[in-house]
Amino acid sequence: MWDYTDKVKEHFFNPRNAGPLAEANATGEVGSIQCGDALRLMLKVDPASDRILDASFQTFGCGSAIASSSALTEIIKGMTLDEALKVSNQDIAQFLDGLPPEKMHCSVMGREALQAAIANYRGEAWEDDHQEGELICKCYAIDSALIEQVVRDNALSTLEQVTHYTKAGGACAACHEKIEEVLLRTLAAQAGTPPPSAAARPEAPPPAPAAAPRPALTNLQRMRRIEEVIDSVRPMLRRDHGDIEVVEIIGKNIYVNLQGACMGCAMEAATLGGIQQKLFEALGEFVRLLPASQLETSRQPLHAD
Amino acid sequence: MQPIYFDNNATTACDPAVVAAMLPFFSEQFGNASSIHSFGNRVGQAVAAARSQIAALLGAEHDSEIIFTAGGTESDNTAILSALKAFPERREIITTAVEHHAVLALCDQLEKEGYVVHRLKVDRRGRLDLEEYKTLLSERVAIASVMWANNESGTIFPVEEMAACAHAAGVQFHTDAVQAVGKLPIDLRRTRIDMLSLSGHKLHAPKGIGVLYLRRGARFRPLLRGGQQERGRRPGTENAPAIVGLGLAAALAARHLETENTHVRHLRDKLERGILARVPNAFPTGDLDNRLPNTSSIAFEYVEGEAILLLLNKLGIAASSGSACTSGSLEPSHVMRAMGIPYTAAHGTIRFSLSRYNTLAEVERVIEAVPPIIAQLRRISPYWNAERNAPANAEFTPAYA
Repeated sequence: MWDYTDKVKEHFFNPRNAGPLAEANATGEVGSIQCGDALRLMLKVDPASDRILDASFQTFGCGSAIASSSALTEIIKGMTLDEALKVSNQDIAQFLDGLPPEKMHCSVMGREALQAAIANYRGEAWEDDHQEGELICKCYAIDSALIEQVVRDNALSTLEQVTHYTKAGGACAACHEKIEEVLLRTLAAQAGTPPPSAAARPEAPPPAPAAAPRPALTNLQRMRRIEEVIDSVRPMLRRDHGDIEVVEIIGKNIYVNLQGACMGCAMEAATLGGIQQKLFEALGEFVRLLPASQLETSRQPLHAD
Repeated sequence: MQPIYFDNNATTACDPAVVAAMLPFFSEQFGNASSIHSFGNRVGQAVAAARSQIAALLGAEHDSEIIFTAGGTESDNTAILSALKAFPERREIITTAVEHHAVLALCDQLEKEGYVVHRLKVDRRGRLDLEEYKTLLSERVAIASVMWANNESGTIFPVEEMAACAHAAGVQFHTDAVQAVGKLPIDLRRTRIDMLSLSGHKLHAPKGIGVLYLRRGARFRPLLRGGQQERGRRPGTENAPAIVGLGLAAALAARHLETENTHVRHLRDKLERGILARVPNAFPTGDLDNRLPNTSSIAFEYVEGEAILLLLNKLGIAASSGSACTSGSLEPSHVMRAMGIPYTAAHGTIRFSLSRYNTLAEVERVIEAVPPIIAQLRRISPYWNAERNAPANAEFTPAYA
């Protein structure tokens, strides 16, 4: 049986705000075809203040789907619609003191029902862009759909790269066979190119061809390019509720602040490693990506690069 | 309140007599069955006696046809991989869409390695189409592997007839009989079955012990290589305590076969009728006239299985579900999907599996417990209209991700 927290059990056995809401003026109905869960979220919104006066739900789903729905209604009551839209599925999971990784999709469904209900109230069309695949990495709750997308978007070709970019496989390593399968499948599907061996160890970066060295960048070009790379990885970090900011560039050392959920994450080093690899490719030179906390210590002596 | 255990297809309680029989083999009877001295000899004799008890339960012609393994999964894997090694020019496998994962996951893997896997479909009652099966048998097929009885619906497959067809076509036949042994009469010497898997913990023996029956003369290649234990067919020092326990459990199962088909069947029928009479929009799944005597699989429409199990568990009642959410995968049970059960019902399928240790009083308590749980979950289900106490039908049309 699942290792549900006491809070999940409490909200499952005694769900808050369950059942129809007579005075509802906003309704969101969503379902997940894969896991078969379905949820109707009903809101009573005060038209003058846009504030959610009351909320209730009806859910077809497992224990954590019901508990997530109950938690969602408790979280959003009293919020304005704009405040409610900022509620993430992590917020729902945190409210419940955590959910098993297999069950995170239950909290995603709650957030989608909320978006659908608010769109319904505002007379907007709501389209679900959420995709869910087979759960691959149980340590970090990463599914195949996310891996496929990141592999395609970033032209990844090795298991190690997938771990750097998504965290999948970065902890217990039990899912490495599955990751390689997803990787091979995705690569094979891409434009008929033959899949390179996903099992290959990361090779030493190809030496820059000596015949045609890259033209040296000016300092300004170089800084802009670094910013571009950082901007390109930002959506990935934001998906995990984190962010990144460049603090200083000293020679070959680039100092960044990881923010939000990225702070203190077990995969911080791997995340930095992945971004460093991208910088390396974009700049055509070796650089080191370091946490800004190391900036102070490096400033005192002349940097010895 | 005494807990009620209605999940015997998942695992069974070890019989107290079995536990008692095993205990000496953890202490004074610690010898290695292969050793020549008296320490080993006594253990060797106990293992031989257990082998005979299991051969008797299965109706095997020779005791040497019994190979001890670590369980049903190992036996299934050994059987199928053996056939592929023994007939390397044959690249096809026949199985069914509703096998246990021990067979299906292996077949999925073999498919990736280039083998052709035929998965026989089932109809709405979980029955196979024997005509489809017969047309697939050919000299390209290394092995046909078909379960004797399904673990979720309890549906029994005509494996004796299918084994005869396979034999006529020169194809080895294996059956995963993990759910059938001890519940159905089995007399292997009168069949054409080449290999059969059984698991100790499904018949009141401990976990971690199983058997692969291998008909004398059937081509075989071992999964593991090592010493001469089990005549080299399954090397590794014998798990003597568990083997002794399984031997006694087999003897007890033979003695209680009648009980399973009278007392247990009666309890199961009473349970199923009692629940269906009290809960609307619920139906039993599987081949009702031809299923295990201990198993009842009931689909409760518009509610989800894990939620039902959590509420049952609160009342001390243990059952299991074909639902996605209890297994860690997102999909509902492959067995329910293969039978074409709609999603909203497949997710609410609960399996009650009884044993000879269950009582009428327990059945009555479960009949009382289930209806309020289903009603409670339907009250908060968007697929259910609480006011009319009926399905919501077109009133709920969620946007699906």
